[in-house]
Amino acid sequence: MSGPDADAIGPLKRKDGEPVFDEPWQAQVLAMADALVQRGAFTPVEWSDTLGEELRRAERAHSPDEATTHYQAALGALERLLDRKGAVTAEALSDRRDGWARAYLATPHGQPVKLDNG
Amino acid sequence: MTSFESSRVAEIHRELHTHLPSEPALRVKALESLLVEKGLLDSRTVDAWVEAYTEEIGPKRGAHVVAKAWTDPAYKARLMADAPAAIDEFGYLGGATSHLKVVENTDTVHNLVVCTLCSCYPFSILGIAPNWYKTAAYRARAVRDPRGVLAEFGVEIGDEVEVRVWDSTAELRYLVLPQRPAGTEDRDETALAGLVTRNSMIGTQRDLSPKTGEAS
Repeated sequence: MSGPDADAIGPLKRKDGEPVFDEPWQAQVLAMADALVQRGAFTPVEWSDTLGEELRRAERAHSPDEATTHYQAALGALERLLDRKGAVTAEALSDRRDGWARAYLATPHGQPVKLDNG
Repeated sequence: MTSFESSRVAEIHRELHTHLPSEPALRVKALESLLVEKGLLDSRTVDAWVEAYTEEIGPKRGAHVVAKAWTDPAYKARLMADAPAAIDEFGYLGGATSHLKVVENTDTVHNLVVCTLCSCYPFSILGIAPNWYKTAAYRARAVRDPRGVLAEFGVEIGDEVEVRVWDSTAELRYLVLPQRPAGTEDRDETALAGLVTRNSMIGTQRDLSPKTGEAS
């Protein structure tokens, strides 16, 4: 590094060749958000405003300035927007998350995971 | 084996055999299954989107638009006047983009695109935004110190060149029209499209090489 300025900005250029998705859920979040905008479940402005709020929250919490933080914020924005719209409440989401976790833990390796709603 | 070790082994065993997804992956799965049940989402739409944006789309569409503008002055005029309509002429599937403005680099102007709020980006023609575009560092510094950011990307901008920074929003996104490299007069549109890089259409690259799609 040639000086403090290069140090500060160096990571940007280093990220240039990174794959844009580390894990499938990151792509799925963007896919869901785009599909919901296309069908009018919320507007592009509502989406970018909510994502912006989540990103500022992540920055205040000193989350690492990385793609994963960005996708976590996108997921949080999607959850919050759908809860606010009454489309998927936080409670319903939490119940469903627990249901999937139980299903994964109860399914032997190699078999398809099925959700047991009971 | 201590009890701690044996319980740790049991834990590892459990993880290996259940493949419990990560917390965000579980939440995404929960959200998707609820949205599908409510008829708000088709899981095939999500799968097709993920496949298209992971494998196919990338910046090729944008490169094609740029090459066409370089070779066809009438097309360029339409592109500068009404980018969405001009891009629609290509007939890309999925409604390429609704609110887009093309900003042209010249000998005296260099354009740089950012989204200071979040990560607004013309992904339908450039693919998914690169990771650096989404960082807080880029979103803050592109406005405060554009020449410093450009230098970091290896782009030296002379004092005679004005740097214009465009802040994307949900309602208006930007595509930079880079300058056609010298010595490419004999190239056709397809060959020219192969020279256009993603970064040149965001503005973190200025000079395109007449040889490859890499930075010159």
